Amino acid sequence: MAKIPENSAALLEQYGPHLAYSNGLKLATGADPDRLVDTHCCFCGQQCGIRLKVKENQVIGFEPREDFPFNQGMLCPKGVKRYLQGAHPDRLLTAIERDPSSPTGFRPMAYERAIERVAAEIQRLQADYGKDAFGILSGASLTTEKAYLMGKFARVAVQTANIDYNGRLCMVSAAAGNKKAFGIDRAANPWSDILGAEVVWISGANVAECAPITTNYVWQAREHGAKIIVVDPRITPIARTCDLFLPIKPGRDIALFNGILHLMIANDWLDHDFINQHTVGFEAVAEHVSEWTPKQTAQVTGITERAIHQAAEWWGKAKTSFLLHARGIEHHSHGVQNVLGAINMVLASGRIGREHCGYATITGQGNGQGGREHGQKCDQLPGGRDISNPDHRAFIANVWGVAANDLPQAGVDAYEMFRKIDRGEIKGLLSLCFNPKVSLPDNHFITRALDKLEFYVAIDFFLNESAHHADIVLPGSLHEEDEGVVTQIEGRVIKINQAVDPPGDAKQDWRIIQDIAAKMKRERGFTFHNPREIFDELRVASKGGICDYSGITYEKIEQQNGVFWPCPDDDHPGTPRLFEEGSTNVIAKGNGRFYFPDGKARFNVAPYSPPIEDVDAEYPIILTTGRVVSQFLSGTQTRRIGPLVDQYPEPCVEMHPQLAEKLGIKDGDLTTVESRRGDCTLPAMVVTTIRPDTVFIPYHWAGRKSANQLTIAAQDPISKIPEYKVCAVRVRRSGEKGR
Amino acid sequence: MTNGEFFIDQTRCIGCQACVQACSECDTHKGYSMIHLEYIDRAHSVQTAPVVCMHCDSPTCAEVCPADAIKKTADGVVHTARKPRCIACNNCVLACPFGVPKMKTEFKLMMKCDMCYDRTSEGKRPMCATVCPSQALFFGSREQLEALRPRSVPTNQFQFGNQVITTKANMLLPKVGRAQYIDVTAAMDEQTTGKDISLNILMDNLFSEEEKF
Repeated sequence: MAKIPENSAALLEQYGPHLAYSNGLKLATGADPDRLVDTHCCFCGQQCGIRLKVKENQVIGFEPREDFPFNQGMLCPKGVKRYLQGAHPDRLLTAIERDPSSPTGFRPMAYERAIERVAAEIQRLQADYGKDAFGILSGASLTTEKAYLMGKFARVAVQTANIDYNGRLCMVSAAAGNKKAFGIDRAANPWSDILGAEVVWISGANVAECAPITTNYVWQAREHGAKIIVVDPRITPIARTCDLFLPIKPGRDIALFNGILHLMIANDWLDHDFINQHTVGFEAVAEHVSEWTPKQTAQVTGITERAIHQAAEWWGKAKTSFLLHARGIEHHSHGVQNVLGAINMVLASGRIGREHCGYATITGQGNGQGGREHGQKCDQLPGGRDISNPDHRAFIANVWGVAANDLPQAGVDAYEMFRKIDRGEIKGLLSLCFNPKVSLPDNHFITRALDKLEFYVAIDFFLNESAHHADIVLPGSLHEEDEGVVTQIEGRVIKINQAVDPPGDAKQDWRIIQDIAAKMKRERGFTFHNPREIFDELRVASKGGICDYSGITYEKIEQQNGVFWPCPDDDHPGTPRLFEEGSTNVIAKGNGRFYFPDGKARFNVAPYSPPIEDVDAEYPIILTTGRVVSQFLSGTQTRRIGPLVDQYPEPCVEMHPQLAEKLGIKDGDLTTVESRRGDCTLPAMVVTTIRPDTVFIPYHWAGRKSANQLTIAAQDPISKIPEYKVCAVRVRRSGEKGR
Repeated sequence: MTNGEFFIDQTRCIGCQACVQACSECDTHKGYSMIHLEYIDRAHSVQTAPVVCMHCDSPTCAEVCPADAIKKTADGVVHTARKPRCIACNNCVLACPFGVPKMKTEFKLMMKCDMCYDRTSEGKRPMCATVCPSQALFFGSREQLEALRPRSVPTNQFQFGNQVITTKANMLLPKVGRAQYIDVTAAMDEQTTGKDISLNILMDNLFSEEEKF
């Protein structure tokens, strides 16, 4: 059923991506806005404050929002140009359905009729194949209200176990590692703690391009004497002027963390009091890292022994520090182990839970934090609760007014859902805020799976590449067309405010979901009138959980410019810094500061293992993937914004001149990169800023320019995150004429 | 901010182009960016350099203008050429030592950074320096600068051959460099024409590199 239309030229002509530039009111000099709306950027996890200028129900521009403490007016190019996604020629203004006789493959349809058909198809498929034969894919760029509603919709209305979300590609390794070590999954500190750190350690985080505003925090720490250590296979802009650059071989981070801990122990750069009083498991880890001598660490990581010694000395002797990591250490088949290795270094130093002593993952998506807390993960219920825990099930069932036994058990992760589709176990799919055909690894497999679906409904504001395969596409809402909360990179819950109304038949996503539930005659629990009502239920559902939002209100967010969770009651100001001396929590109940019954953090033995697909004679080069500053994720929005596309029009394959010379490739030559799963031909960018054994391709593009044609679907056994950061490829000059 | 000044710290730039994109949002030249942002040598480094107008005390662009089209206001801001006067001769583009003016042939007009005159004249910060994620472009008071940038010293004098140029905007230099001037030729394979002391900046950096390993 869900076959892509034959005539893709007509499809692209109708639905884009077309490039939007400023015109009309957006270009008019001195256009006086009807109103200014204080809100946040729609893109990354930093959630910079921004003030949108609104005229005639259109966002016509922006003003920097200097009152929001995190960014104080700062914005990256994506935030600056985000207003161009509104009133866009590609915008879906009606529901559309598959029509093989139409040149584009689709025809518009009435919204009511579309909802009827979606409800009927869900019920038909479930009647024929069972409840779990219908799957739901959701997203971490949604507000927390929507994320909460999606989890509830899956379990209560559709009654399927199979819901998961695209945070699976993003934050789950950090989340799992943090839960294992601290018992809680949240940045331990506000970013202001970076400013007074003596050492800032950045592992696998292209801060300047993926979290640009964080750059100023790092530079500001340096102004006051901090040493900056950057671990990355590429000299990224944050690495260019750092104090120590460790050019790690992709997939070897755990070896480095173990090697650093080895030297901390050897030189007694440890906080014994902290380790004794607040942690368990140090001895086993100490024994494990005893084999990670500088020599062995150097051999595995490809970093000189001298640099490893220097890094260990700076980290070991520091009085204050902040360790940051991101997808660079997390996108691995051993991503959780990498995270645990990093946390071991932090725990051994005792530098956490104090001013200027911190640790955090740099969360990627806009609501990467809030979107992973309240139940759209396959194994989770609201408040960070566990769907396999009988007490948790009973609590949430009570809030939802259903029997605990009627709640489905845990489903499978987003990638496994595609394997189930491939095997015929899932026959129908609803996706919201997810473009798996671009964002999942080995995406030729994803394309084949989408084609096998009996029924696929996508909700989006633009026709993303996955939705090309849909039977029905429902017109959803842009960020600026709805309100709700998100939780940003620091754990601060903030408020997105509505600036304009959705155009045409487009509707706020939560309304669409409720309309489907109503048409399925399961409207009970899905009759919210606005996001505030959803939030109020979420507050109740999160009460007593680890992610406790019960004391947070829209008003408190407004008054305080955000509220850090946990915030367990109305008088609670929120918790900017976790694990402070004397603090305790809902799990430890007075026994200590970490989120375990004994109140103690866990050291975890983190064994090194190589990537699933290491290089060999046939595929001798490492491919690693990542982002560029002017594009975001699968590019559904940013590939439609002209000035951002102009800034970096198409992906290049970055390689070192030593490798290029060996392969006979010159800068700009069209170069074919092949893996066991696919190939991709792109211009070469020959630069000395990358390891000679590694090539890099950014992943924001679709079709033949998609880096995920090459990547491997190997996953971490715990977090199920895909190994985007390492696979084996071969590289050759394509023979076609380059630029 | 009435006592605000413009400070540029090239070492902080991450090449994200937020400044370039934001510049085109300014009402005085909407849709057109007046900022240049270039890779210095992408084959070997990700280093980039943002160039905004330095607003010279004695602007070369205005001095070479045969039509007397380029004006500096009393507050020291050098403006885009006046449309009725500009003859699009390109003299200013060629003469500016910093390479700032842009010839917009479609308008037959030289356009340039006016330090967001619509904003700064109302006490707001310029768009580029407000959004800059690395704060390589910084706009604030001397007091704020001293508190935020203890390792740097601002300079507003530049030597180009025998010409010494004093500017309204400031360039931040490392304090250890002790340089009075940035000599353009100091970083080239040529005899320096200015004071050799500027070479110490490079030497200091080399030594500190050595100490790291």
